[in-house]
This record gives sequence, structure tokens and C-alpha cells, in this order.
Amino acid sequence: MRGSLSLRAGLLSVLIFAAFIGAWQFATMPTTGAAGDVDPEYAALVSGAAAQGAKSAFPTPADVGATIWGHLKDPFYVRGANDQGVGVQLAYSLGRVLLGYLLAAAVATPLGFLIGMSPLVYRALDPFIQVLKPISPLAWMPLALYTIKDSGISAIFVIFICSLWPMLINTAFGVASVRKEWLNVAATLEVGALRKAFLVILPAAAPTIMTGMRISIGIAWLVIVAAEMLVGGTGIGYFVWNEWNNLSIGNIITAILLIGLVGMALDVALGRAARLVAYRE
Amino acid sequence: MTKPLISIEALARRYPARGGGETTIFENVWLPIQKGEFVCLIGHSGCGKTTILNVLAGLDQPSGGAVIVDGREISGPSLDRAVIFQGHSLLPWMTVIGNIAFAVTSRHPEWGREKVRAHCQKYIDVVHLTGSEHKKPAELSGGMKQRVGIARALAIEPKMLLMDEPFSALDALTRGSLQDEVRRICTETEQTVFMITHDIDEAMLLADKIVLMTNGPGAKIAEIVENTLPKDRRPATMHKHANYYALRNHLLDFLVTRSKNFAAEIEGKPYDPRKPPVVRPGAKPVGVETLADDGSPRSAAIA
Ligand SMILES: Nc1ncnc2c1ncn2[C@@H]1O[C@H](COP(=O)(O)OP(=O)(O)OP(=O)(O)O)[C@@H](O)[C@H]1O
Ligand SMILES: [Mg+2]
Repeated sequence: MRGSLSLRAGLLSVLIFAAFIGAWQFATMPTTGAAGDVDPEYAALVSGAAAQGAKSAFPTPADVGATIWGHLKDPFYVRGANDQGVGVQLAYSLGRVLLGYLLAAAVATPLGFLIGMSPLVYRALDPFIQVLKPISPLAWMPLALYTIKDSGISAIFVIFICSLWPMLINTAFGVASVRKEWLNVAATLEVGALRKAFLVILPAAAPTIMTGMRISIGIAWLVIVAAEMLVGGTGIGYFVWNEWNNLSIGNIITAILLIGLVGMALDVALGRAARLVAYRE
Repeated sequence: MTKPLISIEALARRYPARGGGETTIFENVWLPIQKGEFVCLIGHSGCGKTTILNVLAGLDQPSGGAVIVDGREISGPSLDRAVIFQGHSLLPWMTVIGNIAFAVTSRHPEWGREKVRAHCQKYIDVVHLTGSEHKKPAELSGGMKQRVGIARALAIEPKMLLMDEPFSALDALTRGSLQDEVRRICTETEQTVFMITHDIDEAMLLADKIVLMTNGPGAKIAEIVENTLPKDRRPATMHKHANYYALRNHLLDFLVTRSKNFAAEIEGKPYDPRKPPVVRPGAKPVGVETLADDGSPRSAAIA
């Protein structure tokens, strides 16, 4: 029954995809004379070819397929600062995300551990965390640019800030809610503080901590695109912005697809890691 | 006369009551426990049994009184007093042998890997879990989990074993065989045990002394019943002994009626909480005596 269900689900997925491509194809079929007048505001927003309204700017599925194939054939070329392969751009973004994320993990896990261990610190820091948590990471950008004075590091800082909260909150919560019985076991065995932290509290809280890490990597990957659009230079976010200025919709769609795929890969990787530390009670 | 291994002195526990004042859960609880003795505490739900056990374990502080070991008040948990918890309390991310090894390496940090493993294996065999060493707790039945808890406590070879209703969550069949195993292990190793139970037959099978606690609030030790069944009693045959019904009826009578009317019962009579009456119910008339200062019976038994 299960097998046939996943088979049918797969079939349905293919159907939905085909319908989507079909609708796309239909909507982008070249029409004559339709693109006569262009809204001047729109014309001001876009630059280049489309402003003249020469032809339907939106490519057909086949056009995009060709564009994607072009990118995949040679993802890592570098021809000057403004013309680098999409693979190179993705690597820049991934590098920033991982650096900011790992820094955040290095801060959030031990700090969250301490917060979770002490009800006093937990209560004392709670109002700060509650206020800082809902701030859009991009709101930090001007402050970061002003103080750090380096756009690359600022982007990493923004990733750091946005990855920090979910990890910090989940670690503190996981540590604070370790079952009393397990702590009692450690107490009656006269287990030392370090041994208790690593052999009882950490494994007990690990699933909750991993949940925070998974949320964080998702947010970080969402934020990097926007951050790179702001700071420019390199990265997949900058690539999307740049292609928008060139009005190369095919390239934008390629980038969007790749952003989705990389995001999914990151989530799957952390999902796997979460399964490693999960336990059944 | 030997000094008791551990001695509960004037123990009390109070909680702030709603609307001001205090509720006394229990007070003036005195109980000496001799080395090698198996003591069962029986009382109705909520009278403070778990609280007393937690204080003995060092996990909880009393509102008054103290627990004395080796002439000194205990200040916290100790490897000398192993606890078998009401829920098995195994660490779910560790295997059976991992859970036991965690306890063993806590007791003997200097032991090598192989020595720890062999020691764990010995106790896994004792509780008949051979073959399940590498299972996680979630893969075990309730009875098997409880056995791991017992093995973990025994493996650190404590001076004293504290058990909080260790068998109450098990089905009758599993409970019977585990009780029998625990009785065998404890008599063989002359283990000192303090155990809480609701089950009269369990107490009669396992305990040398059965401590009866009155209902709370203001619970106290009503009397100490000495087990008058032979030491080699077995679950299948002990009901045939002449003293069985006298003992059982005495305990049942206490739980059903006397536990709630105890205040009225002792009114006007001499009752010293430091030396609760010691009773030895038997086929012949019941003998009553008081404890000597060292906690041993003052006069010879009548029964
Ligand atoms: N934090 C608390 N505040 C007020 N009262 C409490 C608190 N904790 C426990 N009590 C009371 O202390 C009493 C003793 O609890 P304890 O768990 O020792 O009972 P018990 O004899 O082990 O019961 P059971 O047989 O059901 O396990 C109970 O009546 C309970 O209501
Ligand atoms: Mg209890």
C-alpha cells in the first residue's frame, strides 16, 4: 500500500509539473502587437531592452531550459568581476552563510547551555532575547555597514545575527527542560559537572538543539539572497539583482531554481544530522 | 549492639499552605535502619513516602530533622546510596550496557574499558538480561527496563539500596518473578534496602521490617511490624505458613482503618515518635515492644 502511494504521489508530481510547464508555455507564446505601450513607471524600473517593449520579455520554458543548460555546462567560469559562473556565485553565498552560521553556532550553543542551566540567567536574558529575536536581520545592515565598514563582513554579520536566535533559544530551552529524573540519576551517581554536561544534558537536549540549527540554516539561506542584493559584489543574491538589471529573466529563473535546490539540500543535511542525535523514550 | 547504618531523626516536611500558614506533610519521623536489613515503608498515597526516600537519597532537603550516616548528617546524593526510581529513569540514548557502564564508571573512574564491561556484564546476567546488552531502553519491555534500573543500582555495589515502588508499573507475572529475583539478590549479598510499596504481599515477601505510616497531613510512623515469616519464604508457599494470615490481616487492618484513625487510637496512650511500637503478628498472641535506643528490639519476641 505504501509503495503504491508513493508511486501515485510521484506520478501526480510529474503531472503537476507538466501542467505548470504547459501553462507557462501557453502564457509566453509570442503575441504580435500586444506589447505596444509600456507603463512609464515600469520602463523607469527596468533598464535596457524591455523598456522599448520590443518583444515579450518573459522567456518560454524552452528558452529557460537552454539557459539552465548553459549555466550547468560551465558553472565555474570567471570572466571579470561582473561575469562569473553561477556556481561561483553560489559558492560565495554558501561560504558566507556557513561562516556566519558556524560563528553563530559557536556562540549560541555554549551561551544557550549556560542560559538553560541557570533559571536566573534565563529569566534575566529573556526580555532581551524576546526584543532582539523579531528584528529583521536586514534592519541590522546599516548599523553593520556603519560600524564594520566592510560590505562582505557586514553580510556575514547579518547571517550571524539571524542564525543566532533560533539556536540560542532552542539550546536554552532544551537544556532547561532536561527531565528531572535524568538529572537525579546523574546526581545520585555523583557525576561531575563536565561529565554531566556532555553525557547527560547535551544528549538529552540534542534533538531540541538540532531543531534550532535547522531553523537557523533555513533563515540564513533566506536572508543571504536579500543581503547580497544590498551589499552587491558577489553571491547568488547579487547575481539575481544583476540579471534583473540586465533583464535576463532566464538567468533569474535559473538562480531561483538553484537557490531552492541548495536550500533544500541544506535542510536535508541538517535533517539527517538531527536523526543521528534523536532518541526514543 | 551495632550502630544503625543509617538513621532518620526527627524528619519533617512542610509546605506553605494556600492562604497562609503551613501544611505539615509528615513530622517527627524517626527510623533507624540496620546493616543488612530490608525495610519496607507502607502508607497511603500522598503521606510523604517518596519525599522521605528522596531525602534519604540526598535529592531533597527536609524542612526539619536530619538523616545521619556514620555519625554525620548527609548533605547530598552519594554513590553509597543507590536509587531505583519509580519510573525506571534510564537514559534513552544509551544502550542497556551503556546505562550500566555510566554508573560503573562514575563509581570507578580509574577502571579500564574491559574491566567496566565485564563488571556490567556480570550484573546484566544477574537480572537475566543477557543478550539484550546493546538494545536501547525504547526497545525493552517495562519489566526489562526495570531490571536494567536494578542492575544499574546493584552494579555500583552501594552500601544501601533505595527503591521507590520499583514494581508497581509491572504486570502481576513480571512483578512476581522480579520480586523473587530481588529477594534472592538482596539476601545473598546482605544488601541493606529501603523500599516503598503499596503492595502488602510484596512487603511480606521482601521485608524484614515493615514500617507503617499514617495518613497525611501530619503523617507519622504508627508502628514497625517485624516479618514473622521464615527467612527463606517464597511467593508460592509463604501463604501456607501459620503466621501468614495474622501478618497479612494486621497490615491490611492498618491500611484500611487504623491509618486514618491513628490520632484517635493513640489519644491518652503513651506514644513516643522516637520509638514507635514494634509488633510481631503471629499465630500466637501479638507481642508489642518498644525499640531500645539503638533501634533493636528491647525484649525477646513472644510469637
Ligand atoms: N511542591 C509541593 N507543594 C505542596 N505540597 C507538595 C509539594 N510536593 C509534594 N507535596 C505534597 O507532599 C505530599 C507527599 O508527597 P509524596 O510524593 O512524598 O507522596 P507519596 O507518599 O510518595 O505518595 P504516592 O504513594 O502517591 O507516591 C503529598 O501530599 C503532596 O501533595
Ligand atoms: Mg511516591
